[in-house]
Amino acid sequence: MTISVNPDIATTITANFTRRKWVSFAVPAVILAYLAYIFFAFDIPGLADRARMDNARILMSDFVSHKTHVERDNRSGDITVAIEGERKGTYPPGMSPDWVRQTDGQTIIDLGSGNIVTYAGDAMTYALPGYGTIRVQPGPDGLMLTKPDGIPPDFINASNTRVTITTPAGRVTYTRSRIETFKYSGGWELFFFTLDSPFYGKSPLELAGMALTGDRVDPARANITSMARDFWTNAMWRHGDVAWAIFETMLMAFLGTFGAAIIALPLGFVAASNFMPVRLVRGSMRRVFDFVRGVDGLIWTIILSRAFGPGPMTGALAILLTDTGSFGKLFSEALENIDEKQVEGVRSTGANAALRARFGVIPQITPVLLSQILYHLESNTRSATVIGAIVGGGVGLLLTQAIQTQKDWEEVAYYMTLIILMVMLMDTFSGWLRRKLIKGS
Amino acid sequence: MTDAALRNGVPRLTDTGTVYLEMVRRKRMYGGILLVIFVAMMASGFMLADERNAGGFWEGLHMLGAFPSEVVSEAWRNRANLPGYAWQFLPSLLETVNIAAVSTLIGALVAMVLALLATRGLARWPRAVGLFRRLMDSFRAIPEIVVALVLIYILGPGPIPAMIAIAIHTAGALGKLFSEVAENADLKPVEGLASVGATWGQRMWLGVVPQVAPNWLSYALLRFEINVRASAILGFVGSGGIGYDLKIAMQWGQGKYDQVVAIFLLLFATIVIIDRISDHFRTRLTKGASA
Repeated sequence: MTISVNPDIATTITANFTRRKWVSFAVPAVILAYLAYIFFAFDIPGLADRARMDNARILMSDFVSHKTHVERDNRSGDITVAIEGERKGTYPPGMSPDWVRQTDGQTIIDLGSGNIVTYAGDAMTYALPGYGTIRVQPGPDGLMLTKPDGIPPDFINASNTRVTITTPAGRVTYTRSRIETFKYSGGWELFFFTLDSPFYGKSPLELAGMALTGDRVDPARANITSMARDFWTNAMWRHGDVAWAIFETMLMAFLGTFGAAIIALPLGFVAASNFMPVRLVRGSMRRVFDFVRGVDGLIWTIILSRAFGPGPMTGALAILLTDTGSFGKLFSEALENIDEKQVEGVRSTGANAALRARFGVIPQITPVLLSQILYHLESNTRSATVIGAIVGGGVGLLLTQAIQTQKDWEEVAYYMTLIILMVMLMDTFSGWLRRKLIKGS
Repeated sequence: MTDAALRNGVPRLTDTGTVYLEMVRRKRMYGGILLVIFVAMMASGFMLADERNAGGFWEGLHMLGAFPSEVVSEAWRNRANLPGYAWQFLPSLLETVNIAAVSTLIGALVAMVLALLATRGLARWPRAVGLFRRLMDSFRAIPEIVVALVLIYILGPGPIPAMIAIAIHTAGALGKLFSEVAENADLKPVEGLASVGATWGQRMWLGVVPQVAPNWLSYALLRFEINVRASAILGFVGSGGIGYDLKIAMQWGQGKYDQVVAIFLLLFATIVIIDRISDHFRTRLTKGASA
């Protein structure tokens, strides 16, 4: 007996294979064509012109370092030393970093590796190792610059009114009104204590010693309390405010998610076919869910912030509204998939509808409910950051403000780290709780 | 509770009833305590949020309808303009959808590779499974807005910062889901391919991907829905797409409410249509695949 292949089957299979071969080429081709279209629609070739690599450099260096300004007011002759040039970071008179020395009218700034800047009266000299001394002073017609030969041209940018010297060690700007020197150093300065705190500049060991045995800096309270207070009210980094903002963001996610779950649970019964026999009611409830989900969170946020003003409550309500739609859909689907036998059993004991729901239905859908709620809680922590940026509350607001001022990038890095930690924490916490509640019970 | 019933290692059947009742009572007590704590947390959280809000909840509640009715009434007066505006904003809507589509595409492609590298039994380098999982976790943890705002500073305004930001998040989120699907894939085709000397790439492409493709596609479609919303929001906060137009129109306020309504309607229609289409295909992919 020989196996005969039905010619129809053979042609079908061959045709099938040919079609598959075409599909396996067509799909990558379509994807490539789409990417090519995007390449031009988004003007990616022009990106190189628009991209500001100097901004990227500022950002990266600000993320990990800070700069200190040494400024001489040329009208009054006053010298101020300030971290990031901010008033909050200004060294009080009589206090200065060890690389700035002030002796009889001269200010000597050591920028490291032999770069010395000296302010003597109106004149500024910069000793550049390997090249010689650059000298700038006011002349009868604008600034007078004397420099040794051979200095790389991109080090000095000079005009009649402004001389800027940029070297790997730092930067000096001389204008008619002031001389400013910037020195870059690593780390986030004043992160723990600001200059006015008695604990500034102490090593961790010294601090531990002061906390445990040292004399009280402030007689009214223990040293450890003053340390905590100085850290919490740090004017430069505002740790206290930041912690509040993080808490507010988590509060928005918590209130929004659980509030939505509480509202959506009874509504889910109304939209489930096995609990609501009236088709019209069920259908219209579902359309309500669809509408609430379809009108995006963004639109709800805008409408709500008009009514309630900026703040965490508005954000929480926006999350609540959007999630009521998704929870309502999920819950009603879960309710339709329950096992009727348990409800039947509870009914046989003469229980009324509420008791049947409580003992026959809720225990069945609890795992689905909890895992969905916890999953949303985690993803809402992230959304709360964005919603906070729109409604003006929580850490999202701090972040957008810091980015919009375009100078405090170290603060941006700080907030980013905190947001990522917060999201990871919520992720771990909700995962842990989910395992605990669903498998443990 | 079992300790009580099994005291001294001997089950005492007469006690079962009392033990059971005691267990129920204890369970109810715990449940009650948890409920009280939960209600207290909700109430105090609500009051705290209310206190820190610029406007209170109860004062705001009856204002809730004011803004929508103002917007709608103005738009109704100028309803003749709406089709024109809808046409005018169509390109930016297209940009928003394009951002979502291309970031889903790129994110899904990256997620495919990451997921296979992070699945036990399939990974190219089994020792690096944990590393790739952590990488996906960190991709997921970074909120889109953070990446987008920083990139706007460097790359300038436009669709590209939003695209990169959403793509990174998508790669992390889809990578996790893809890897869960791939874990359940049948390993026999992979072994068969390995026995004929296929490379890792060939084993994955021919042995694993055909098995998981329906589920992966379904997840990618769901993600596309989410990304359309994210792309609209990022436009509002950052720049690019219809979110930005909405922000401009909102900031203008009265007089441009007809534009606001046109954008609302466009956005609503798009989201509903995309939801419907992806819902349809997802049911076909997950349920119809076997039929």
